Formats: sequence, structure tokens, C-alpha cells
Amino acid sequence: MRLGLLCSIIRTEEKLILQALRDRGVEFEKIDDRQLSLDLHTETFPWDVVLERAVNHARALHTLKIFNDRGLPTVNTWDVANVCGDKVLTSNALERAHVLTPRTIVAYTPDSALAAIESMGYPVVLKPAVGSWGRLIARANDRHAAEALLEHKQILGSYHHSIFYIQEYVEKGGRDIRAFVVGDQTICAIYRMSDHWITNTARGATTANCPVTDELNAICVAAARAVGGGILAVDVFESERGLQVNEVNYTMEFRNSIGVTGVPIHARIVDYTLSVGEAATTAAR
Amino acid sequence: MPKCLECDAEITLKADVEAGEIIDCPDCGTEFEVRSVDPPTLDHAPQEEEDWGE
Repeated sequence: MRLGLLCSIIRTEEKLILQALRDRGVEFEKIDDRQLSLDLHTETFPWDVVLERAVNHARALHTLKIFNDRGLPTVNTWDVANVCGDKVLTSNALERAHVLTPRTIVAYTPDSALAAIESMGYPVVLKPAVGSWGRLIARANDRHAAEALLEHKQILGSYHHSIFYIQEYVEKGGRDIRAFVVGDQTICAIYRMSDHWITNTARGATTANCPVTDELNAICVAAARAVGGGILAVDVFESERGLQVNEVNYTMEFRNSIGVTGVPIHARIVDYTLSVGEAATTAAR
Repeated sequence: MPKCLECDAEITLKADVEAGEIIDCPDCGTEFEVRSVDPPTLDHAPQEEEDWGE
């Protein structure tokens, strides 16, 4: 089994994964997307399975597509990266699968977006469809703020900032849940707590272990299945309407979660990836 | 031992450092990427881009 690790800069997560690979004596190669060039006339690759850990979404997306279309299994797949990397597609997939998610409206002009915002009521949350780590997420508490945000997004951003992703603001009591799904199981979860309404750990939220109840496991596995399955981090709100899935991440970060949960997430990722590679190798025989 | 490209301070690399890892200069705090471990080579860390994330 030869495993390729698609990456660029090495975060704590990749470092842990590399250690887990070495501990298992797995034959692996780091595929740095900054040195990668993909000849579309190529049919074969020197790996049996690829684990995607690239920090750049666009690079991961194209690379996974080229690999998957030529029979090289990856974790996660292009389909999953494509859905999870775009919040419009994620919310759409969750809603279609009847996974409770905050009400979301998509609009393409400031006028139609403002009308949608007014129909939803304030406060309301605007997010770039493609983005992570809480970057460029905005909360509009009134019409004036909404008008300004929409104008700025239209004028200052490139075309995809005019895909207005408008989400109902959910009161979540100063915390949300980050749950880690591997295959068809929620292996562990953490609470992310912050005084700020954005609870990304990338924005300073603190963490604590969150018990994986049957209810939490069920909604997280359903969310993972809705976006195509694999190794996914599901962000969940505890709201008045019950648990709601906010978004799903396909290159999950977990550096703050291993110590808090006691679960070796990096090792579970490696084992799952190896099982995908073995299944593909067996099927090819 | 590699030196900081900004303030010339000596930077000690941990034993388990990986190529591609991001480190900080202990003196001036500048971020660097370890481009190679042997020989130890540093470069300024890449800037976060709009599609970076998880």
C-alpha cells in the first residue's frame, strides 16, 4: 500500500498524521501541491490511495478531480470537497437530505439580497460561499449594515463575493459543537466556546469535550452522508429548534481536539484512509 | 543552525521538525516555512490566501 499525502504547508494536523503513518510503517510520499504538475494525459499514479490535506481549497478540488477520474481513490473525494468547499452546495445538500440546518437564502444582486434579508429579519449572517476559519463572515443587525455589506461585497470582491449567502442568525448560547465523523461514526466532539458570536478556534474560541449522544451522532452521520461521506468535521448549533448543522469541513483541523477528547483523531484518519486504499486494491484484483 | 532572515537570530529546529512546517523566530516573531530539513533551509512563510482553510 503506497499512500500519497496531498499537502503544502505542514500544520500540526499533518505533522500528527505523518507520525501516525511512520508508526504504522506505511509507505507514503508527501505530494506538495506547490511542486505538483498534473499531465491530463496521464492515466496512472504511483499511489494506491491519496489522503487530501491541502490548505488551498481550489488546488485540492482540481487535484482530487484529476485523481478520482483516473481511478485513484482519495480521502476525501472530489464530490465531497466540491460540496463542502461551497457553503451554498453544503446547505443545499443538508436541506435536501432533511438535515436540520439554519434557514439560508442565496441571491445574486444587492437588491434581491436586501429583499431576502428583510424577509428573514435581523440579525442576519452573510458569508462568502467559499471560505473558512470564520473569514469574512458578517452579522448585520439592521438594514443600514446590510446595505453597506452588500455594496462592499459587490464592489470590493471578485465575482464570487456577489453570490450572497444569507443565513438565519442562530442564538447558540456562546458555543457550538465541532463533531468529527470518520466513515459512519461520530468518533468524538468538542464544544467551542467564545464571547464572540463566531466560535471558530481559529478566532480564539476555547474547547472542551462534548459527549457524543445518540442524537448528536445521528445528525452528524446524516450530515456526513448528505455531503458524500468520508472524514468530515461537522459544525453543529444547539438551538431552540434542536441540533442544527451549520457547515461541514472536508480537511478537518483537530489540533485542539485530541487532548480534550482523548481520541487519536489523526490515527483514525490514517486507518480509515488505509481501509479505503485496501478496498480499492482488492476490488481492482 | 539556520538564521532568521529578518533579525539574524539563530533558530533552533526541533528534532521532529517537518519540511513544510511553519515556525516563528523566537526573537522577532517572523514566520518562516522550513523548506528543507537537511540542510535546514528557511523561507518566509506563505501568506494566507482567500481559499485557505479546512
